[in-house]
Amino acid sequence: MSTPHFVSREPFDPHSIEALTPAQERYYRASQWQLMWWKLRRHRLAVICGVILALNYASIMFSEVIAPYNLHTRNTEFIYSPPQSIHLFHEGEFIGPFVYGRDYELDMDILKRNYPENRNLVQPLRFFCQGDSYRFWGLFEARFHLVCPPENGTFFLLGTDRLGRDMFSRITYGARISLTIGLVGIIISFAFGIVIGGLAGYYGGWVDASVQRLIEVIRSFPELPLWMALSAVLPVNWSPILIFFGITVILALLDWTGLARAVRSKLLSLREEDYCSAAELMGAKPGRIIGRHLLPGFMSHLIASATLSVPAMILGETALSFLGLGLRPPVTSWGVLLNEAQNINVVALYPWLLYPVVPVVLVILTFNFFGDGLRDAADPYK
Amino acid sequence: MLTYILRRILTMIPTLLVISVLVFVIIQLPPGDYLESHIAELQSQGESVDEQKIAFLREQYGLDKPMPQQYLKWLFGMLQGDFGYSFEYELPVTEVVGDRLFLTVLISIATILFTWMIAFPIGIYSATHQYSWGDYGLSTLGFLGLATPNFLLALVMLYFANVYFGTSIGGLMDPEYIDAPWSVDKLISILEHLWIPVVVIGTSGTAGMIRRLRANLLDELQKQYVITGRAKGLPPGKLLAKYPLRVALNFFVADIGNLLPTVISGAEIVAVVMSLPTTGPILLSALQSQDMYLAGSFLMFLALLTVFGVLVSDIALAMLDPRIRLGGGSK
Repeated sequence: MSTPHFVSREPFDPHSIEALTPAQERYYRASQWQLMWWKLRRHRLAVICGVILALNYASIMFSEVIAPYNLHTRNTEFIYSPPQSIHLFHEGEFIGPFVYGRDYELDMDILKRNYPENRNLVQPLRFFCQGDSYRFWGLFEARFHLVCPPENGTFFLLGTDRLGRDMFSRITYGARISLTIGLVGIIISFAFGIVIGGLAGYYGGWVDASVQRLIEVIRSFPELPLWMALSAVLPVNWSPILIFFGITVILALLDWTGLARAVRSKLLSLREEDYCSAAELMGAKPGRIIGRHLLPGFMSHLIASATLSVPAMILGETALSFLGLGLRPPVTSWGVLLNEAQNINVVALYPWLLYPVVPVVLVILTFNFFGDGLRDAADPYK
Repeated sequence: MLTYILRRILTMIPTLLVISVLVFVIIQLPPGDYLESHIAELQSQGESVDEQKIAFLREQYGLDKPMPQQYLKWLFGMLQGDFGYSFEYELPVTEVVGDRLFLTVLISIATILFTWMIAFPIGIYSATHQYSWGDYGLSTLGFLGLATPNFLLALVMLYFANVYFGTSIGGLMDPEYIDAPWSVDKLISILEHLWIPVVVIGTSGTAGMIRRLRANLLDELQKQYVITGRAKGLPPGKLLAKYPLRVALNFFVADIGNLLPTVISGAEIVAVVMSLPTTGPILLSALQSQDMYLAGSFLMFLALLTVFGVLVSDIALAMLDPRIRLGGGSK
């Protein structure tokens, strides 16, 4: 006698035998981007750097409000004025944020302007106040500032330049150009990289071979001389805005190679996958297969490596503008500001003109660390 | 080995050809040919134009011919050692370039040696002490070097070298030695000036090298032979020096390919700031005055330098690492 075959009449619920805890369930159901976010969040340094970058980029939306002066406001009585520091206490008494007033004297020996602090002039700073009027993004008149110089006083947090323009305000405005040039550049090089790398990877054969050669050539070339040559070629009569875009394109022209390589090598392996053949058999066009089926699979990697190449562009712009081949005034970027610090006298006499280098270093460091974290998080299934 | 070198040199030729096309396109980009702009410039300054010379040069460089023909003429001229004519200096380009290229090579080699000297110990330390404070600290320092614009560092160091060591500002030697014959004092003076550009350029490449060396060594350290060595009781220092380090050394030679473009780029801009008698300042002034043949030849020289440097490093690598020449041979 064998035991009778028994099947339960109850409906079978597969979840009853492999129940997931809510946490597990949340993890398994999370999308790729969610997983990436969770992984990135664990990378403390990357998050901090991301926040700093976000703040920087947010600041360029409100440069006019943050800067106490306008980009081109000249304070002719205060040429090459050293930075004024903010004090809280005057002779042991709490006053709130204030600056001491300045006297002016000319050192007749070396013809240097001196601005000694006048300890009797206590000038409290004004906050959320009406100051220099500006056109917000060129759209409408406004006078609102976060901080304004005191009544009848000045507030040069980082000193002034040879025309008496406030360095802090100029650096704030300069961020607008310096930070966007990296982003616009990366968008252009992204497009180049995906299209060229995509073609090479998808078609292989001689297309691939020639693209590979080209990439090798471009990579073996020292970047800066080539950038210099290309930007020297930009017509002199172009408007500053056109020059801005010209420089961006030039920076991007040499930068796409890394991305193209990544796209190519990924595509070479992915195009052998079954889902790719399936799409091909169903009659999808190469453009659709690449854009719809293959690219999304490693988009996160591309974004991470793109983040890592932004710093090179920002440094490139700075170097070109410093040499006088890049952006030209009145467009103001950090590089243009540093162009004025070309002289060794500046280091000796007016070292505060070197301050624009601080945001450059900060942004480049944070971009590197943030990009590193992003790259680690880019493959959340590992 | 010989076949490897031969094949490596043969692949260099198409690379150089593509580079020459790129450079030629750049030379041709400014509107009008360079003679026209030169004439216009002379006339605007009220100087007379030597018609005969212009006609001769126009003939010499085939400027009235179509583009491809001009290119070929330029290319074959270069192969025969005629790199074109500089209008600013009114000299053949080769004479302008002269020692400057040699000095660029000198600074580049010194910089690479410096980078190695810094990156090697730091890379090893970072890999063997992964995630320690030292690792983080040194990496951050390296990054700081990467993030600081070269030109500014050069400017600041120039100033402090002048204040603390009394080094003369600018140039590669004290002024009194410039036309002096070679002597020990002149050499010392050059060395006194050389370290600033070397350190400044070196800082930008060091971070990348440290990171790549660290990653490479970390990969090696996880391999089985290291575990075996450790299991049979080799002291850690000896184990490191005997095996993984030697493998990582190969990479050091191979990495020149990555380092060289950065070094030469850096050398250009630092040379401009410090007015070193290298290619940098002349390239810049040639570009600014659109003396395009001079600029083009400079670009070509720099590219040649890079490609040749990579070739040398590849050959050195093939000598060090049999896997490369054998692997290449079976292809």
